[in-house]
Amino acid sequence: MTAVPTDRPADRPADPTAAQPTVGSAKSPMVIAERVHKKFGLNEVLKGVDLTIDRGEVVVMIGPSGSGKSTFLRCINHLERVDAGRIWVDGQVVGYEQRGHHLHELSERAIARQRAHIGMVFQHFNLFPHMTVLDNLIEAPRRVFGADREEVTARAEVLLGKVGLRDKIKAYPRHLSGGQQQRVAIARALCLQPSLMLFDEPTSALDPELVGDVLAVMKDLAASGMTMAVVTHEMGFARDVADRVVFFDSGVIVESGPPDQVILDPQHERTRVFLRAVR
Amino acid sequence: MSAVPVLTPAEELTVVPKRHPGRWLAAAVILIIVVRMAISVLGNERFGWDTVNTYLRDVSIGSGLMMTLGLTVACMVVGVVLGALLAVMRLSANPVVSGAAWAYVAAFRGTPVLVQLLFWYNLAALYPVITLGLPGVALDANQLISPTVAAILGLGLNEAAYMSEIVRAGILSVDHGQQEAASALGLTRMETMRRIILPQAMRVIVPPTGNETIGMLKTTSLVSVMAVHDLLYSAQIISARNYQIIPMLIVASIWYLVVTTILTIGQFYLERRFARGERTLPETPIQRLRRLLRTHAPSVRGTS
Ligand SMILES: Nc1ncnc2c1ncn2[C@@H]1O[C@H](COP(=O)(O)OP(=O)(O)OP(=O)(O)O)[C@@H](O)[C@H]1O
Ligand SMILES: [Mg+2]
Repeated sequence: MTAVPTDRPADRPADPTAAQPTVGSAKSPMVIAERVHKKFGLNEVLKGVDLTIDRGEVVVMIGPSGSGKSTFLRCINHLERVDAGRIWVDGQVVGYEQRGHHLHELSERAIARQRAHIGMVFQHFNLFPHMTVLDNLIEAPRRVFGADREEVTARAEVLLGKVGLRDKIKAYPRHLSGGQQQRVAIARALCLQPSLMLFDEPTSALDPELVGDVLAVMKDLAASGMTMAVVTHEMGFARDVADRVVFFDSGVIVESGPPDQVILDPQHERTRVFLRAVR
Repeated sequence: MSAVPVLTPAEELTVVPKRHPGRWLAAAVILIIVVRMAISVLGNERFGWDTVNTYLRDVSIGSGLMMTLGLTVACMVVGVVLGALLAVMRLSANPVVSGAAWAYVAAFRGTPVLVQLLFWYNLAALYPVITLGLPGVALDANQLISPTVAAILGLGLNEAAYMSEIVRAGILSVDHGQQEAASALGLTRMETMRRIILPQAMRVIVPPTGNETIGMLKTTSLVSVMAVHDLLYSAQIISARNYQIIPMLIVASIWYLVVTTILTIGQFYLERRFARGERTLPETPIQRLRRLLRTHAPSVRGTS
């Protein structure tokens, strides 16, 4: 991959003394990404990504393969460590604690605790095959928060009802269709009562006739006020559900705006080329 | 294609499973050969079946068997625990840690286990007094390293090298997405290993570990070189007295066979347990027998 020159110079690490967003208040944004850089070896995958996601907002991320969408999502819950820049989620810097002018990396347990408030749904579901659907849902809440079994089970049942799989509670993942597995995966993430949900191409591995069920669940979730960041190629979903569409290319956000504007009337040539290709 | 009687309504058709006359023939031939061999072996008095029968329940054979079982369990415990530790070390990001595990496996897998056994047996020649590098510790090696302890050390430490490769293969067989999903849900690395990765790795770990256990049961017979009274050595002591070498070897073999058979059955059910969540569970022998009888039994007309 050749680095495409951008008009933004490669920034130094974000200055920790820079004006801090009002943290954690009801009005403050859910996600603030500031000049996020990420390299794999010499390959600079994110070259200064700035993005703010408001509470209750649904942001759909599109862009060509290899543009860094997945990497950016994974930085938001610290599955990847950022090389420079900073990401705030719900008023906390992800993976670090700021003391004076220094960012100290948090302990493994503290990072795990932070992640538990951010749900993530993967392209390949990644359900735990040796556990029943119910155990998939209650495992993390029980381990991470030491939650009471009865209470989490009740919550799991409600969530499975919402995704239309109340009757599959005792089934093992391999006995479910892809679409059912993905809906279980969504319920599993929700069972931790996250304040933010990340979706990385949740329907890309599904047969076309199963895509609709999963998108419907996501649509309901969006309508319930969940803050969501969704990487997808489903332009219909983007137009119906997204509050904002952002277009990634070569590790930067090239264009961002309301779905109809970005999808129907893109301002940048690269966006136009990409959209012509996915149609 | 033959003509299909189009007019028969589908619900009145019965399915007749394909017959396999060849299978019945092969089974009969093999059965005849087996019976003839059995008659020949049992009829040959030079096998000394009376002696075999007498000594099968001999007290010293019994205590030899107990020693063999005890050694097998002890060595496998050392092997599995240390092997799992070495496997996790091998996968560590710290190059010194993974390098140490690598070197251990190379050393213990690269030399004959009999040589290792004799090394431990003769440890007192190298270190007459064992201090463990700690002040105030001074143990007499000759006393501490009894032949039995040398046997457990020798076989157990050797086994750990093999087990570490088995456990490592098991851990690596689990899809990376499992680790990711567990992390994303807020589980720590330890919790992920214990609750998510290892239970799935077990499917890959259990079958070769069963083999290792059965192998260990037989490898313990090497300790007779150190005069440890295991099953084989006990049999040899008796044959040194009564000169009935072959019958005593048969006595030992019968017991080895009995135990390996039990272990094999145990392994089957263990594998079944760790196959939970698979699309198909392996059949138990009873289920298999039922199915065979169902498909090969003389035609039973289905209900129509
Ligand atoms: N763990 C890794 N190690 C090395 N390189 C990586 C790693 N993860 C991603 N990359 C590289 O980073 C670049 C961006 O990958 P990323 O998965 O973020 O792209 P993407 O926009 O999600 O693409 P896609 O639409 O194909 O999923 C790619 O060139 C990829 O090869
Ligand atoms: Mg991706």
